[in-house]
Amino acid sequence: MLIIGEKINSTLKATAKAVAARDEAALVDLAQRQVAAGAGMLDVNCGTVEAAQEPEVMQWMVRLVQGAVDAPLCIDSANPAALAAGLEVHQGKAMVNSISGESERYRKVLPLLREHGASVIALGMDDNGIPGDGEKAYAVGARLVEDLVRDGLALDDIYFDPLVRSVATSPGAALETLDLMRRLGQKFPGLHFASGLSNVSYGVPERRHLNRAYVVLSMGAGLDAVIMDPFDQVMVQLILAGEVLLEKDRWCLRYIEAFNQGRLSA
Amino acid sequence: MSDIANALRDLKEDEVKKLVDQRLAAGDTPVSLLAELNQGMVAVGELFSEKKYFISQLIFSAEILKNVMAKLEPLLQAGPQTESKGKVVIGTVKGDIHDIGKNIVAALLKGAGFEVIDLGVDVPGEKFIQAVKDSGAKVLGMSALLNFTYPEMKTVVESLAAAGLRDTVKVMIGGAPCNEQVRAFTGADYYAADAVAGVNICQQIYA
Repeated sequence: MLIIGEKINSTLKATAKAVAARDEAALVDLAQRQVAAGAGMLDVNCGTVEAAQEPEVMQWMVRLVQGAVDAPLCIDSANPAALAAGLEVHQGKAMVNSISGESERYRKVLPLLREHGASVIALGMDDNGIPGDGEKAYAVGARLVEDLVRDGLALDDIYFDPLVRSVATSPGAALETLDLMRRLGQKFPGLHFASGLSNVSYGVPERRHLNRAYVVLSMGAGLDAVIMDPFDQVMVQLILAGEVLLEKDRWCLRYIEAFNQGRLSA
Repeated sequence: MSDIANALRDLKEDEVKKLVDQRLAAGDTPVSLLAELNQGMVAVGELFSEKKYFISQLIFSAEILKNVMAKLEPLLQAGPQTESKGKVVIGTVKGDIHDIGKNIVAALLKGAGFEVIDLGVDVPGEKFIQAVKDSGAKVLGMSALLNFTYPEMKTVVESLAAAGLRDTVKVMIGGAPCNEQVRAFTGADYYAADAVAGVNICQQIYA
């Protein structure tokens, strides 16, 4: 499971403050602690700065974070100019967050992926928005993946995000998402799946339990990347355990390694 | 310890494979590599008994070894065909199914030019006796990891005597918990502290 640390995102208050003040020490600390907690990749988002400044700030953040940790970054912006700026200075293979079936976004982000050999989070939506039911979601998702492959991306570089909705408002949302991942995984063997956790538990108390259960169930349906708070130790522990059970961690080697590092106790 | 032994101890499967290939290409003999692999397995066993390794890691080490052996065994057999140095009957005693150590000893013996009659695991006493009788082997090696199998070893030694074979065959025992006290209890002639020691004992007996 690729754990993408979500903390360097200016929609989070503390991060917004650090970005506004260009507080390098605070961001370096945040980067290092996330990697130590188990993140294999770090999301970097500075979407709250003024649009004109965003590309420049993105470059500053990418250089800063990559200077502090040995992990690739997930360049996260709705602004293609900021994505391009971040990719330009990124060392190694980056991920882009995100592309979708929306024609404008697709047209602007695709060339960046090809130019920089980046992988990408592909949101399962198109010009009609987020699909309203499972059948539509499958059709939209399959078309998006087919388009990306036709346009030269390797399946191995595509992380499909099934855009789970809140179970508070859509009781079948998680089930539909699991089904969507299974079906797309069968149609496109080797396709990756990524999900965020901000939606599924929206509006429900003690959301972390729902988020954790969602991730564990989704792993069984093929989820292999998640954008999350790596400081949620229980989530990291459940992911490590789930990988053992799904034979993604044969002989429990990573699980035991985490144990030896004292990361399984608390 | 050598780099191969270290890599095996650290369960770095790809590293072990790479090093074995490199050393074979450089002209090292499969037998010398087996001795190093054995050191690595002994180190894994020690880490396990110190509770620093878990059972899954112990089994993984055996899997790595098995995969390497699949490569080495044909080379061992294809090596210069010298006359057999002698026959050795070997097996894990009744009540125990551990065969990692026994297999290493068997592989090392084959590598050293012995003809090995491997009876497998959970071997009843009469099967050992029959094999010694049929083969005329001068060495019988019994392996056990579980300490409650010591009486079984003693029984086999006594049965050899009852069958009139005790003077024709030397009995060697081995396995992690075996020591001089266990040897004395069972009435065996030798105990082998590790696989390489076991091969040395066989060489002495057949010298």
